[in-house]
Amino acid sequence: MKKKLLSSLLSVAMVSALLVGCGNTATAPAAEAPAAEAPADEAEAPAADTAEAAAPAADEGTVLNIQAWNEEFKSRITDHYPGYEEVDATHGKIGDVDVVWTITPSEGNAYQNNLDEVLPANADAAPEDKVDIFLVEADYALKYVNADVTLPLADLGITDADLADQYEYTKSVVTDADGKLKGASWQACSAGLIYNREAAKDVLGTDDPAEVQKAVADWDKYVETAKAAQAKGYKMCSVNDTFRTYSNNVSGKWVQDGAIVVDANIKKWVDDSKALVDAKAETTDDLWGDDWAKGKTADGKIFCYFGPAWFFNFCLDVDDEKTIAHAGGWGFCEGPQGYFWGGTWICAAAGTDNPNLVKDIILTMTTDKAVLKEIAVADSDCVNSKSVLADLASSEDGNIALLGGQNPYAQLAAGAEKIDLSNLSDYDQGCNESFQQTMKTYFMGQATYEEALEAFYKSVEEKYPELTH
Amino acid sequence: MAKEKKKTSQVVKYNKWGYIFLIPFIVVYLIFQLIPLFTTIYNSFFENYMSGLKQVGPNWIGLTNYITIFKNGDVPKYFSNTMIMWIAGFIPQIVLSLLLAAWFADTRLKIKASGFFKTVIYMPNLIMASAFAMLFFTLFARTGPINSMLIQMGVLSEPYEFITFTGSTRTLVAFMNCLMWFGNTTILLMAGMMGIDNALFEAAQVDGATSTQVFFKVTLPLLRPILLFVMITSLIGGLQMFDVPQVLTNGDKTALREITTMIMYLNNHLYSKNYGMAGALSVFLFIITGILSIIVYKFSTSESNE
Repeated sequence: MKKKLLSSLLSVAMVSALLVGCGNTATAPAAEAPAAEAPADEAEAPAADTAEAAAPAADEGTVLNIQAWNEEFKSRITDHYPGYEEVDATHGKIGDVDVVWTITPSEGNAYQNNLDEVLPANADAAPEDKVDIFLVEADYALKYVNADVTLPLADLGITDADLADQYEYTKSVVTDADGKLKGASWQACSAGLIYNREAAKDVLGTDDPAEVQKAVADWDKYVETAKAAQAKGYKMCSVNDTFRTYSNNVSGKWVQDGAIVVDANIKKWVDDSKALVDAKAETTDDLWGDDWAKGKTADGKIFCYFGPAWFFNFCLDVDDEKTIAHAGGWGFCEGPQGYFWGGTWICAAAGTDNPNLVKDIILTMTTDKAVLKEIAVADSDCVNSKSVLADLASSEDGNIALLGGQNPYAQLAAGAEKIDLSNLSDYDQGCNESFQQTMKTYFMGQATYEEALEAFYKSVEEKYPELTH
Repeated sequence: MAKEKKKTSQVVKYNKWGYIFLIPFIVVYLIFQLIPLFTTIYNSFFENYMSGLKQVGPNWIGLTNYITIFKNGDVPKYFSNTMIMWIAGFIPQIVLSLLLAAWFADTRLKIKASGFFKTVIYMPNLIMASAFAMLFFTLFARTGPINSMLIQMGVLSEPYEFITFTGSTRTLVAFMNCLMWFGNTTILLMAGMMGIDNALFEAAQVDGATSTQVFFKVTLPLLRPILLFVMITSLIGGLQMFDVPQVLTNGDKTALREITTMIMYLNNHLYSKNYGMAGALSVFLFIITGILSIIVYKFSTSESNE
């Protein structure tokens, strides 16, 4: 009898353990809720004066869900959004509202896969799971902007007048086919050429930005300078560094009428790069890789990087004592062609239950001049405000230590005015990625251009089966 | 009589517990293995993928997916890539394992601390394959330690791009697979060798056979069933080769695609959630693996019937 009891107990335990996994997950957060509320009461008093900034209406949700692919926006909010308190690495509080960060890396398309999963179902999601804000990059912004998973800013009560100080291109990236604006950015990512001052003195005899700019003013001069740098034992940069400068200045979209089109300027990138790689003046290193990152130190013997303002702070490892940035050894000039790179746009997810808070975050982070200036000074970011940039360009605040005290804001502002984004398409990310990857084989001399091009078409058609060439 | 009856009923009762204890396995197997298996086959007949946020299909297109993957040369190419890398890794692996197993199993050699060595050779298998691949990726990078060592020793005058050239990359993949799995194979072969009757070895020695002759004329023929088992299981594992080449080459996105294995190709279709194409490829792999398993099954059962 005892044995029977024991065995029945065991099997019940086993089967119930099996079924636990299928249980209703909604009960779990409920159990946590009281624990989370306790510190909230204590925080009530200081939160009171920020309540005006946060202003959550009575009918708003208690959880603000934010989807991002890295820590950048989170650190901007933590440092600059009034009333935001950090709880732990993925949680924060704005007044009474819990902020939950879901950070999914972009690697292998994981971030977009996650968005594709949650956004279409957002309207039906439980209140505490509803996505309120998600971030997008220019490369795939249109994919979300042209779908109805993104809320027009006008629906939140944000008017064109609110955004008048922003650069035009930052609006056109997130404007849908019907002309509705569906996002905003705090950054204007006009980019240029970031050169190693030591190398410039060695190769060109000067490190003055205006003089260096003359040496790289167009692609022919750039190629000449690259060859001169090679003769002195430097590599100019990686072919992947220059890619965006060419690809931003194309005359047509990647995909036209369902067919993949390689633009003349992209072909020029292939030809110029092949010549420079053959002359050993450029490398074929992948961006962000270890080999590529070696150029951040003097031993890397790299003449320049191509990048926008976020590159200064985010990529040059200024805190590491061995880097050129730590010694203030970089300089900035406009480079051969104007272009932009990256930037993060804040979008409101359709189905959000915190529209007022979302509106306030978008307005504070992208239009409040005090906040924007703070961001620019603290994080050397190039902010999306014509007047703040003009202010910075003419003041000491705009001098950046890692650029040897140079003030790049006049050039950055001029660059941002010139950016033309009429040739963005939904397929840019996949096409740019595949093109750089397959052409590398051609640069290395392992395949002909035709073979590499075939492989490019194959790779894109795998990513987007509806396309042809 | 009454006593006996009671006994059988008790057996029946205990049978019941047997079934109850099987439930968790059956449920998990049904949900996570059997149902996905059939839906995969079903999905392979449809055009069904995501274009951005829009879903295309599912539209019934019969065998079109199968025809596509064979006609555009994808499957034959990636199949041969996989096989080349598997063979290049398997041959040194089996030779090394046979040698080690023969030494460990040989009672006359009396290898000291054999337990220690058996543990050590098994160790590489304990490391996660992706971590192992990441390690090699860093070691063999253009500015990595191997290149700087070779340059300092004067072997190379400038860094060699190990992970860009087909030959060197395939060699690295084969070497890593060999290193990861030779310990496992050694243990299996050793178990096989220990199962051989010691009297046979002694008889051979009495007849004056050298140890080479003993190995080739006695050990190897008697080891055949185990060898076949090792080979087929390794082949099935080899067909599913994914993590090592994927991490080492970051998904082999070069134009040549000579490192791309079958499963890496399958992985490419995940970008657009292309259930149809990925399904067709999975079914193809399933059939090949199935045939190989039948061969093992037939061989091992006919062996015991003799």
